[in-house]
Amino acid sequence: MTIQVVAFALILAAIWFLGRNIVHNLEELGKDFNFAFLNSRAGYDINQRLIEYSNDSTHGRAALVGILNTLLVAFLGCILATILGVIAGVLRLSKNWIVGRLMTVYVEGFRNIPLLLWIILIFAVMTEATPQPRDFRGEDAEASMILGDSVAVTNRGIYVPNVVFTRSLGGNEMTEAADGVEAAIIPSAVAMDWLLVLVLLVGGVLASKAIGRWATKTQEATGIRPPATLWMQIGVILGPFVLVMIALGATLDLPELRGFNFSGGIHMRNSLIALWFALSLYTGAFIAEIVRAGILAVSRGQTEAAFALGLRPNRTMNLVILPQAMRVIIPPLISQYLNLTKNSSLAIAVGYMDVRSTLGGITINQTGRELEGMLLLGLFYLVTSLVISGAMNIYNNSVKLKER
Amino acid sequence: MTNTPSFVRTQMLDPKDPPITEKGAVKWIRENLFSGWLNTILTIVSLYVIYWVLAHILPWSVGGIWNAESLTECREIRDASGIGYDVACWAVIADRWHQLLFGFYPSELYWRPILALILFGVAIAPILFDTAPRKLLIVTAIMPFAAYWLLWGGTIWGPLVTALGFVIGWAVLTYGAATLGALGATIGAIVVPLLYWLLVAGPLSGILGAALPIGIEAVPSDRFGGFMLAIVIGVAGIVMSLPLGIFLALGRQSDLFIINKCSVIFIEVIRGVPLIVWLFTASLLLNYFLPPGTNFDLMLRVIIMVTLFSSAYIAEVVRGGLAALPRGQYEGADSLGLDYWQSMQLIILPQALKISIPGIVSTFIGLFKDTTLVVFIGLLDPIGLSNAIRADSAWNGIYWELFIFIGLCFFIFCFSMSRYSQWLERKLNTGHR
Repeated sequence: MTIQVVAFALILAAIWFLGRNIVHNLEELGKDFNFAFLNSRAGYDINQRLIEYSNDSTHGRAALVGILNTLLVAFLGCILATILGVIAGVLRLSKNWIVGRLMTVYVEGFRNIPLLLWIILIFAVMTEATPQPRDFRGEDAEASMILGDSVAVTNRGIYVPNVVFTRSLGGNEMTEAADGVEAAIIPSAVAMDWLLVLVLLVGGVLASKAIGRWATKTQEATGIRPPATLWMQIGVILGPFVLVMIALGATLDLPELRGFNFSGGIHMRNSLIALWFALSLYTGAFIAEIVRAGILAVSRGQTEAAFALGLRPNRTMNLVILPQAMRVIIPPLISQYLNLTKNSSLAIAVGYMDVRSTLGGITINQTGRELEGMLLLGLFYLVTSLVISGAMNIYNNSVKLKER
Repeated sequence: MTNTPSFVRTQMLDPKDPPITEKGAVKWIRENLFSGWLNTILTIVSLYVIYWVLAHILPWSVGGIWNAESLTECREIRDASGIGYDVACWAVIADRWHQLLFGFYPSELYWRPILALILFGVAIAPILFDTAPRKLLIVTAIMPFAAYWLLWGGTIWGPLVTALGFVIGWAVLTYGAATLGALGATIGAIVVPLLYWLLVAGPLSGILGAALPIGIEAVPSDRFGGFMLAIVIGVAGIVMSLPLGIFLALGRQSDLFIINKCSVIFIEVIRGVPLIVWLFTASLLLNYFLPPGTNFDLMLRVIIMVTLFSSAYIAEVVRGGLAALPRGQYEGADSLGLDYWQSMQLIILPQALKISIPGIVSTFIGLFKDTTLVVFIGLLDPIGLSNAIRADSAWNGIYWELFIFIGLCFFIFCFSMSRYSQWLERKLNTGHR
C-alpha cells in the first residue's frame, strides 16, 4: 500500500511537471492548444487519394486522405505478406533441398537487413530499371505492355486495367481532374457500385456458408450429402455478382499510351508499389518463420494417427494439422500485421502520402501545430493497433483450445 | 534314392551393389530434387531463378573496379577495358568505407571507437557465455562510463562523478538496510543518487576538472555517423532500457492496481505507435516537455527516445520470461520467508532473465535495424551517409554499390546475433520443464 501511494504520488508529480512545462512553453511561444487548424484550408496537393480532395480542402480532409492511404498500403501489404509468408514457410519445410535453401536465403536476407534499405532499394529498381513511357511508342518499341497489352510497367509506376461501370448508380461524383492533376487511383464516382458489389459478395459468402452447414447437417442426419453442394456454394457467390456486373455494364478500362504518358486504367505509383512490395517481402519473411514454427509444433503422431484413421493427405492437412497449427500461428501473426501497419510510416522514404506525411508532415509544417498534430498522429496509430489486435484476439479466442 | 540336392553352394556370395539409382548422389538427387512432378517443377524453377540472379550479379560484381577517383573515371576504365556489360564501381567503397563506418569522426581518433567496441565485447562476454571468467563482470560495470568517455572524449571527471552516484546508491542499499529497513533502503537508494546527480554532480565535476584537468580531445555528437552511430544508439538503447524494462515487466505482473495499470498504459502506448513517430516527437516536441531553456543535442534525445521505446519491448520479453517460470518457484520463494524484492532478486529474476536472453537479443536486432530511421531527423546513419556521398559530384548517381555494402554489413551483424540467440535457445532447451 505504501509503495502504491508513493508511486502514485511520483507519477502525479511527473505528469504535473510535464504539464506545467507544456503550458509554460506554449505561453512563451505565444501558441494555444486547439484543433481549429483542422478546419482551415490545406493548400497542398496529394498525389494519391482515395476520396475527393483538392488543395482547397481542409487539413482535416488531408489527414483523412493520408489515413486512407496508410490503411490501403497496410491492407494490401497484409494480404501479400500472408501469401508470401505461407508459401515460403511451407516451401522451407519442403523435402526439396534447393527450394528449402532458396527460401532460407529469402527469409534470412529479409530478416537481417533493415526494412528502410529494402524500401529504398525496390524504389530504385522501380525507377531506374523500368522503361520510360516513351519507350512504348512507335512501331518497334523498346518496351511492350505485358499480359495481353493490359499492364504497363513504366518508371512512373504500373498501369493496370480498371473496371468501369457504363450504367453507374452514381455516388459522390468527382469533377474531372482539370489542371494536370491525375485522377485518384479509385475514382469515387463509382463508390455506390462497388458498395453494391461488395454487399452482394459478402452476402454470397454468408449464404454459401449456410448451404455448407445445411449440407453437413443433412449428411449427419441421413448419411448422404446433398448432391452438387459445392456447385450451389459457388453459384450463390458468383451468380448475383455476374448478374449485377452485367446490369451495371461493367467493362475493362485498359491503360493506353496517349502522348507522353499512359491514360486510363489505374495508375499505381512507384511509391505505393515500392512500399507495398518491400513491406510484404519483409513481413513475409517473418510470417514464413511463424508458419514454419506452427507446422513443426504439431507433433508427428497427429499426422500418423490421421493416416491410421484412413484420411487422405489433404484431408489430414485440412482437418488435423492446420487447425492445430493455426492456434500456434495466429497470435504472432497478429503482431506481424501490427508491425506492418506501423512500418508503413516508413512511407516517408519514398514520398508516399500516408498519414504521417499529410497530418504529421506538411500540415505540421504549414500550421506550426506540432503538439496537436503529433498527438492526433499518435492517437491514430494507437487506435489502429488496438482495433486490429482487438479484432484478431476475438478471432483467436474462437479458434483457441477449449480447456476445462 | 537319397534325397540329396544336386547343388549346394558352399561359399556365400558378396552382396550386390544397389542399383545405380538407389545409391550415392543419384539417389540423393532423385529423392530430394525429382521425387515427383511438383518437386521437379520446383527444382527447375529454382535452378532457373538461381541462374538468372547469378548471371546478372556475378559478372557485374566480380568484374568490379576498385581503383578510381570518381564514377566517371570508373566508367572510363570500364569502356577502355572493352567489357561489353556493366560492372560495379567498388571504388566508392574503397574511397569512402571509413565514412560509412565512422561518419565524420576525426580519422586520427578512430582507435577510440574501436577500443570502445573491443571493451564492449569483453564486457558482454560474461553475460552471453557462461564459460567466460566471472571477474570480467567488473569490466561490464565500468564499460558504460569508459565507453562514453572514449567516444565523446572531454574531461574524465564527468563519467567518473556520474559513476560515483551508482556507488552511493549501492552503498545506501547495502548499509542502510540495517537502520532504515528494506523498503526505506530501496527508496533511499533511488532518491539519494538522484539528489546527488541533480545537485552535487555538476559542480563537483567542475571543481575536479579545474583542479586536475585530465581528459582527451572532445568529439561533438554531430561528428558521429555511419555504423558507429547505429551501434552506439542501439547498444545504449538496449543497455539503458534493460533496467527500465525489467521494472515495467514487474509492474505489469504486479498485483498493485495503480502500478499495474500505469505499466500497462505505458507499454501499450509506446508499442502502439511507430518508432518514427516517436523520433519526430523527440526532435519536434521534447522541448515542450522540459523546463524552458533546457536544450540538449539531438543524438541524446534520440537515445532517450530509443531507450523508452525499447524498454516497452524489453518489458514484454521479460514478462514472457516471468510467465514461463513455474508457479512453484514463486511459492517456494514465499515459503522460504523471502520478501518481494528478495525473492525477485535471488530466485525469480535470475531464472526469468536467463530464459529471456534470446528474446532480448532479437529485440536488439530489431532495434539495431531500426536505427536506420534516424536518417529522417537528420542524423547521419549509414543510409544518410550514402545520400551524403551521392551528393558529392564525384560519386553522383551511384546506388547499388553503397546499398550492397550497407546491406552486407547489417546482414553480418544481425545474422551473427540471430545465430547466437538460436545457439542459446538450443543450449537452454534442457528438454524438461
